[in-house]
Parts: sequence; structure tokens; C-alpha cells
Amino acid sequence: MNSKSWRNDAYAKVTGKAKYADDIKFPFMLHAVPVYSDFVHAKIKNIDISEAEKSDGVVKVITAKDVPGVNRWGQIIKDFQIFAEDKIFYNGDVVAVVVAETKAQAIKSSALVKLDAEILPSVLNPEEAMKPGSLIIHENHGTNIINHHKVRRGNIEEGFKNSDLIIEKVFQTQFVEHAYMEPEVAVCNPRADGVIEIYAGMQHPFSTRRFTSALLGVPLADIEIIGVPVGGGFGGKDDTIAIVCARTALAAKLIGRPVKMSYTREWSIRESYKRHPYKVYYKMGLTKDGIIKAIETKIVADGGAYCSVTPWVTWRSTVQCCGPYVVENVHCDTYGVYTNNVVTGAMRGFGSPQMNFVIESMIEIASEKLGIPSIEFRKKNMVRQDSVTITGQKLDNHKVAMEEVLDVVLKESDYFEKYKKCKTNVNNDEVYGIGLAMSYRGMSLGAEGDDFCAAIINVQADGSILLETGIHENGQGSESAMCLILARELGVKLERIRYRRPSTSNIPDSGTTVASRGTVMGGGAIVNAVKELKKKIFEYASKKLNCLSEEIEIKDDNVFSKNQSLPFEEIIKGMYGERIYPFAFGVFKAPKVTWDEETGQGIAYFSFTYGCQVVELTVNKKSGKVKLLKAYAAHDAGKVANESMTLGQFYGGMAMGTGYALYEEVKMKDGKIKTLNFNSYRIPRATDLPEMKAFIVQNPDPNSPSGAKGIGEPTNELMAPAIANAIYNATGERFYKLPIKIDAKKEPEVLQ
Amino acid sequence: MKLTINKKKYNIPDSYKEKRLTEYLRDELDLTGAKNACEMNACGACAVLLNNEVIKICHVLVKDAEGKEILTIEGMVKQDGTIHPLQQAFVDAGAIQCGFCTPGMVLTAHAFLLKNSKPTREQIRKALQGNLCRCTGYQQIIDAIEIASEYYRKN
Repeated sequence: MNSKSWRNDAYAKVTGKAKYADDIKFPFMLHAVPVYSDFVHAKIKNIDISEAEKSDGVVKVITAKDVPGVNRWGQIIKDFQIFAEDKIFYNGDVVAVVVAETKAQAIKSSALVKLDAEILPSVLNPEEAMKPGSLIIHENHGTNIINHHKVRRGNIEEGFKNSDLIIEKVFQTQFVEHAYMEPEVAVCNPRADGVIEIYAGMQHPFSTRRFTSALLGVPLADIEIIGVPVGGGFGGKDDTIAIVCARTALAAKLIGRPVKMSYTREWSIRESYKRHPYKVYYKMGLTKDGIIKAIETKIVADGGAYCSVTPWVTWRSTVQCCGPYVVENVHCDTYGVYTNNVVTGAMRGFGSPQMNFVIESMIEIASEKLGIPSIEFRKKNMVRQDSVTITGQKLDNHKVAMEEVLDVVLKESDYFEKYKKCKTNVNNDEVYGIGLAMSYRGMSLGAEGDDFCAAIINVQADGSILLETGIHENGQGSESAMCLILARELGVKLERIRYRRPSTSNIPDSGTTVASRGTVMGGGAIVNAVKELKKKIFEYASKKLNCLSEEIEIKDDNVFSKNQSLPFEEIIKGMYGERIYPFAFGVFKAPKVTWDEETGQGIAYFSFTYGCQVVELTVNKKSGKVKLLKAYAAHDAGKVANESMTLGQFYGGMAMGTGYALYEEVKMKDGKIKTLNFNSYRIPRATDLPEMKAFIVQNPDPNSPSGAKGIGEPTNELMAPAIANAIYNATGERFYKLPIKIDAKKEPEVLQ
Repeated sequence: MKLTINKKKYNIPDSYKEKRLTEYLRDELDLTGAKNACEMNACGACAVLLNNEVIKICHVLVKDAEGKEILTIEGMVKQDGTIHPLQQAFVDAGAIQCGFCTPGMVLTAHAFLLKNSKPTREQIRKALQGNLCRCTGYQQIIDAIEIASEYYRKN
């Protein structure tokens, strides 16, 4: 096996044998479809299902009235209506679910569900929604403001008073679709023992189980989520798929037959949550010798119709609102706000891509005004070993690799030489530019949530090993990374290890596979489980090999004492013979973090990771078309488990960041989404992307038992500012809005 | 009517003629390698080969494939389970993440390499233009196709 590119699911996926949820069927399976309304904000008077129920093949039409348990749920605020009940809060609200013998019959009948409702004015602008007197969307919440996070550091007035230069700008970003290739699909099978099995691609089986058990009014143990391959997640397979599963499970329970709900792309884009659009007011005070004295910022995030994880997303934006720079005086106010727009929630980066676009643009604006080269300016202000962050956290428990990754990218891209070429013509109509951006990122969940994870190692009597963790395979290769970490830590061959198909009925709740926490948390749990397992093996082996258990080690599939060795499987067989289970359960609890909501001070994250990206491009003066020539990235990934999969995270993150910068926008008109499929929602194609060069920096993290750092999201949060800076360096035009659209008719001034 | 799928002949009842080919392959034959992802000819997740041409079959009717040789991802694998060198290259290059686009990518690359076994990376990018992937940024997929091209040159 080539461990550099090894994946346990590669064969299944490359042969088409991997069974995703939509590929699974059961005998006597029914098909369910959602019914939407034309409304954006309305008071429901009556839902008439009588015609639909009579339609050919229809078995049942389910509405809020059929819910035996709790119809309102959520991870933070329980405001999601699983079935629309009193009001339509957005255009993706589901009024009913039609269940029929075939999907075609269900779709046909869904048009017969009639909704009588009174239209309410829609609240679509978050800044308007925040104002006193605005129509309140969720009356029991009392305000449209979902959350308000703050940072209060130093003295902001003094900071600006002591500044020689003050710059104020406003930035805006867009709604973004995750565009996982696999739309939401749930298959629910009511078992004879009363348990409902759920097969669906998701990132958070444990939350899905909570949503479902609440809706059905049954204990957690009566719902079993069985892991299947996930056709991409990127933060997007959390709340929406949980709700789709809950509805499907309800149908299966009420009817007593297996039910599949398979979403079309249009339903998926209409209903699923998006990346938050941000409006950011940013004020920076600087001394003439290039020190950032003060930053004041107000961040307004459109939270859409339901809370989802808006408070957590905007919290990360708050903690990282000044980028990887030391700033003495900071005043930050971040608001998540309800509107009647599409729901917004978790998406790769989780509140950092928006802020990094702002910060890394501001850094270049400031350095130019000061007349200091931007790299020199960054080096003057950036975090270094033992620096104190804007939340008062001293960076002394891991290697601060900000300068290291910056220097790698500067050297590998030949940045300074190429920078001299900026604004020169490449072809007749194309001008050249190079741009850079860098960031630091708090690892895992931080103070936004409880952070722990479990692993089970179950060695079989023949020495083969079953491994399971609470981390979920989203496509990133987490199962492979877990197997590789186990092989490395235990000292056995990879061939022995099989990853057990995960089930919520087998392993304790380990949270969600988001926040780039999979390898860190799962790997940590494995390291701790290996410690437990080794204790048992060493104790037995020391008797067998007549030595102290401290003298035992396992290496290359053998158990060694000082002067002799036995094969691993022989020791295991012996253990079974003496009725000792070579079984271990390991837990990794993330180190303690702290947070004060009033001052925004505390140990926000237990560690940080550092990244830098550079992009080279040309801008066509006539068409405004941006062509990427090359991209470079260096990130500190800690100790890497699977090099090839790590590189995959680099390339995929950069590609998604490119879409964010140049192509992608969920277009809304009066609260309704206009870009419902891939013909109008454009994600990057192979021809849109440049050759990418990735440099993995490896500083094993002392706070992560396996040494790994998270890498999935850092790679996604820098392309937008790097591209914006490169476009500025090519054309002299600064963009404050994403996606960047260059108006070719308006010739940029510098080009004349 | 008759269809040839992965070199095997099938008698198709008339009632299936108006069905979409994806539906027929997935629901009736359990050939689930072709995926539903956009159902509007925009993403390539359902791509198969008809007479060695890449076709997105979400909008192809069963009757329109009559008389043509259909190759699906399941047909790239030998009876004994051995995978094609192109598939092996995808595995070795780390070109697989979530895997949902992979069958369409492999088949598109196969049709392309049959015509051009000495492609530049730019030509590979153009060949993949109709296949969307959200995970990989295409970089390692292009690497895989470059590695596999050697096999197509020799065979």
C-alpha cells in the first residue's frame, strides 16, 4: 500500500460501487417530496391537503399537524420549523411532505397542496431589520438581532488619537452555495425492533439524531444513523440534511414502510443554508512608521430566516476580526440578524473568508497610503512567538509559524521579482498582477462549543483491527487519516486495520465533523485509545516475554522486549486465550478555552494554524476577464497523516476560494433565489483554475495528541483577498464587493 | 428494443423506452455509478459513454440509446474486480475525495485519452470542462489523467 495516497474508500469510489444514500433502496420503499410555497413571509391560515391525498399513488400527505413530538428545533435557538406551522419565514419553508409509491407521483401530487396565507411585508435588509421599529420576524425572540459579539481591547479613542493616518472603508460579500455534488437524500427504514434506521450523507449524525428524535418524540436510542459515503459537505451537510432526515423518518414511522426523500438540485439550493453575506464597516488607525494602532469594526451578517449556527459563525469572525496582526486597541461589534432571506449557516471557513477579504484588502490599502511595501508592513504588525492576540491570548503553547509560511510562499512564488512586473502587458489586452494574503486561524471549535471526541479500537482474535471514531467521512479522507494514525501510533501495518462503518448507536456523540477538527480530534482520540490498548497488551506481553511492561514496544507488526520479539497476532491470540480483551476506548477532550461575552477577551482557541497564499493573474482590459496563471499556498498542517489527501485539501480549498472571489453568488430577488441550478450558479470549472503549488509546513502541534492541525478551512479563506490584491496590482482598481466583477466598459484609470 | 451495456445485451420492455437513461440504469439495472446531481446537463455526474462519446444521460431517453454501445463506470472493471489503469491512476494521484463526480470524471477522461494519448495539461482541463468537481480543484484529477496517458500511448 502506498500510504502517501492511500484511501480506504478509493476502490469503492473509483469503480462506482460506493453506495451513496440515493443508491440505496429497500423493498416496499415509498418516495417523499417536499412542498414549498410561493411566499417569502406570510401568516398561514390553512393548509389544504385533501386533493393531494386523493391523487394517484399517494399514501400520505404530512403537515405540522401530524408531528407527534417537537416541530421546532435547532442547535442553538430552537427556531427551525421542520414543517411550516404558523408562518412562512422564507421561500424554502416546507409546508407539507407528500409520500407516494413513486417519486413522479409524489411530485405530481405536491402541486395539489393548497396554502391559504396572508402575505406579510418581507424583511430582506439586515441593517434595516436591526433598527428599532422594524417588523419582528420571530416574535418570541423579541428582536431581529440573533446575537451580538464584542471585542473591547485597550482604549479605542486613544488609539485613534495616537494615529497619524485613519482609513475607513466598507465591504460587502454575497450569499454562497456549498454546491456539494450530492444533493440531500435520506432513506429511512423502520425496523421491526422499533428503531428507525437513517441512511444519509451528512456531517453531523449526532445532531441529525437529536432533530429526528425531537420531531418523532422518541428516545435517541430509537434512531440509528448509519454512515454512508457523503457526496461533499463543506459545512453544508448539517442542519438542512438533519431536517430532511427528520421529515423522512416521520413519514417512515407514520406509514410503517421504508421511505426515501431524494432532493433535486433546485430544492437543495432553495432550502439549504448558505454562507452569510457580510457588510463590514472597517476603520483602521496607523502611525506613520507603519504600526496598526487601532481597529474599529462593525460587522453585520445576514442570518436569514432561522438562527442555525449564526452565533458561532459570527463569533469566529469576531475573534479573527483583525487578522494575524497584533493590535493594541480594538473595538468590534458583530451582529447576526434575522431576515426573510434564505437561511445562512456553516460553510467552509465559517466566518473567516468574509473577514479575510476585508482585512487583507485593508492591509494593502494602508501600506500603500503609508508608502511602506505591504510585506514589510505585514511583518511589522504580524503575530510572532509569544504575541498577544486581540482577545488577550498569549500565543505561547505552539509554534507561531506566521513568518515561516509567509517566507515559504514569497520564495516559492518569487514574489518580489514578479511584483515588479505588475501592470505590464502580457498580451495585447492583458495586464499582469500578483497578490498575496495571509491569515491565522483558531483550531477546532474554540469557545463556541464543547469539543471532545471518542475512538474505539477493537482488536480481533486473529490480530485484525476494527477502528471507529466519532468523526465522519465527508469525502476529505478522514477514515483513511484515522487508519494511518492508528497504524503509526500502534506500530502495526495498515493492512490489519479496517474502519468500521460508523453508527450513532455504537459510538458516543463526538460532535460534528466541521471546523477542520476531524484529524485533530479523531486523531487525538485514537492516540489516547492506543495508550489504553498498549497498557493491556504490554501487561500481558511482559509476562509472556519475561520482562517489565515498560520494556515492551510494538514496531513493524511485532511486539518486542529488549532481547526477543513475538508477532503481534500471536500476542493477541494469547490475550484472547486468557480472556483479556484487546479493546480500548479513547477520548480526546480539547484543552480548556475561555471567553467573556462582554469584553470579548479570553483564550478563544486552544491552538492556531497559519497560512499564506499568492496568486498570479492577468486582467483583460477589453473584456474585464480575469485569468489566473498560478497559485501558491503554504499552510502549517502540523504533523501530516496522509500527504496526498492534505494536498487535496489545499487544492480544493483554493478552488472554492476562487469561486468565492470571481464567480459565485446566490442571487436573490424579493427573497426568492434565482440561481437554482448549475446553469446559473457557476462553480469553478477545470478551465477556470490555474496550476496550484502547495507547500505543507509541518510543525507538530503540542496541543494535539497526534500532532495534527486542521487544514480543510484555512486553505479556503485566502484566495479572495489574494485575487483582489492581484487585480489591484494589475489594474489599480480596488474592489470592495464580492464576487469581483470588472466593468470593462469603464477603463480602470491606471490603464489610460 | 435492445441495448448493449458494458458489452452485455439487454432486452428492454417497451414500457421503459420513454424513461430517462439514468433512471433505467440506476433503478432497473442497479448500475448506480451514474449519479443524479443537476438533472439538466450541467455537471457531468451522470456522464457515460455512448459509442465512446461522453454523453450526460440525465436528459437522454432509453430509446435514444438504441443500437449504441453504452459503457458505464461498472464496465471499466474486469470480471475479477481488477480496475483499469486509468482508475488506478486516480487512486494513486489522490484524485478522489467525496467520489460523487469520480465515475463521470473517469469515463470522460477515458473517452478523451482514447482520442488523445499525449495531451497537455491545458488540453486535459478543456476535456474536463463539462464535469464539475467541488472537492479537488481538479489538480490531482489532471495529474491522474497525465499519469494514465502513458498506458493509452502504449495500448
